[in-house]
Amino acid sequence: MTQPLIEIRSAPHVQAAKTVETIMRHVVYSLLPICAFYVLQYGISALASIVVVTAACLLAERFFVRTGTQSGRLSDYSAVITGLLLALTLPPGFPLWMGAVAGLVAIALGKALFGGIGFNVFNPALVGRAFVQAAFPTAIATYTPSFIPGRFTEFIPSSLALPLMIPADPAAWLKAKSLDALAGATPLAKWKFDGVVANADELLTSLSGHMAVGPSPMLILLCGAYLALRRFMDWRIPLAILGSAALTAWLLFAFDPARYPNPFFMLFSGGLILGAVYMATDMATSPVTPKGMWVYGALIGLLTVVIRYYSGLPEGVMYAILIANAASPLIEKITQPVPFGRGAMVGLGRAKKRATYPLNPGYISREEASAVTPKKRFLPKKPKK
Amino acid sequence: MSAPATWDEFMEGIWRQNPVFVMVLGMCPTLAVTVSGVNALSMGLATLFVLVCSCGLVSLMRNIVPKEVRIAVYIVIIATFVTVVDYLIQAISLALYDALGAFIQLIVVNCIILGRAEAHASRNPPLPAMINALGMSFGFVIGLLALGTVREILGAGTLFGVSLFGAGFQPWVIMVLPPGGFFVLGAWLLVFSWWARRKAKRGSTQNA
Repeated sequence: MTQPLIEIRSAPHVQAAKTVETIMRHVVYSLLPICAFYVLQYGISALASIVVVTAACLLAERFFVRTGTQSGRLSDYSAVITGLLLALTLPPGFPLWMGAVAGLVAIALGKALFGGIGFNVFNPALVGRAFVQAAFPTAIATYTPSFIPGRFTEFIPSSLALPLMIPADPAAWLKAKSLDALAGATPLAKWKFDGVVANADELLTSLSGHMAVGPSPMLILLCGAYLALRRFMDWRIPLAILGSAALTAWLLFAFDPARYPNPFFMLFSGGLILGAVYMATDMATSPVTPKGMWVYGALIGLLTVVIRYYSGLPEGVMYAILIANAASPLIEKITQPVPFGRGAMVGLGRAKKRATYPLNPGYISREEASAVTPKKRFLPKKPKK
Repeated sequence: MSAPATWDEFMEGIWRQNPVFVMVLGMCPTLAVTVSGVNALSMGLATLFVLVCSCGLVSLMRNIVPKEVRIAVYIVIIATFVTVVDYLIQAISLALYDALGAFIQLIVVNCIILGRAEAHASRNPPLPAMINALGMSFGFVIGLLALGTVREILGAGTLFGVSLFGAGFQPWVIMVLPPGGFFVLGAWLLVFSWWARRKAKRGSTQNA
């Protein structure tokens, strides 16, 4: 019996079976049905896109872990999540070589540069998507209709573009299938540029018609509910995002129903549900304080609707989440909970209510540690006799 | 004895104190005009001319300029040569002049030039001062070219205007936009610091 009875180490002392790896693995499990439905919608092109993007992410992860520039291990599944999410946000007919670029950039710029898992400031998948959005603006806006006959036997022509070459325009290919090229527009683009608001049932299930939509929001919400029930994800963030987006959209709809679409359309079109459930809840890039989560979610919801309505882009979830990611350390700082016992002092007017000491350990950052040492805070406030 | 010394003086700016990759000076033209190889090269050559000439002149006048007004004198000297370059480029190629825009005039405030004049030329005789300035400006040209070629290859598929990949090339729009400049600069800084660290590691193992 060489095992010591008392383990001497710093907090936390309570141990649970929940490790980073378990959480990540369950997120991957919950993403699998969504990916399967996506492949059912778009066929072999979507499958190839998912495989290539995930492989690119894993390759980059392996390189940076091997060279020692990044912490973490390949087996913690976080790169798989990044790859799957990134593939789900790209159009199904997105050229595979561009998908690979997006995957490499996502891990290299979004993750390895900051030091690996847990250190990233921005969601890696969204960093990758933002990069390809800026680099290849036409390819990323080219969607094809879902449920095309023969989708399991032939690729969407644009996805097989040679590396570094311009992808073929799928319009001619769609015409040969006697489908209108306009059918390829996403519901949001249709609303933005043609003023057509899609029906509720089409949006909810993604099953009817050839509309170019992502996986059904119902399915994503179900998978998200599984994660939230197993406590692998905090339910506050998605709820705050959806609530604030719905509220903003409803206010604007009530103000001018002719100009703004109904809030239901805002919620269930585009990537809002996927972003709210899977991207904004990334643990490393969202606040840890409960109050902060509400603020963070509300910010994302508001920004999404504002970008969708008032910018040139049809979709705004990505930029909304990235902006909120950048703001999340600040949100965390101003929403520190009151430490136990300090609340009672407030009535006496003697102590500041919040942020007496940060609950997140200050020794992570030297500067912060010196700024909040009890010495500095408490010495001048000593009761004078 | 003096030959290796001057060679060292020259190489200092190219490698050990490279203005772009080691000292990270003159970032404004580095990021703004390196959209293509030609722009980068002409900007580098214009800076080279101004730097070498003004360092020579500053070094010649180093004993007659009073300390109190030296910065003003340096700026006047630099501005004179920038005006020369400005008109020269306008005379040679108007297209290039338009592409570089205000950044030709802004060579005046390029901190590499004033830094060299203050730190080196004002304390050394003309010949070493000009050799040092030449090395520095070659370092600057190399830095600009490193950025310009990468951004041109990815952003337009060409190198000095010559198409590399044929007509079907998909340009990476981001590379000719400001973020592309930052990405490429960051990548080069990464490569150089990795290189320097590896060199230092090798040197220390050899000594030990």
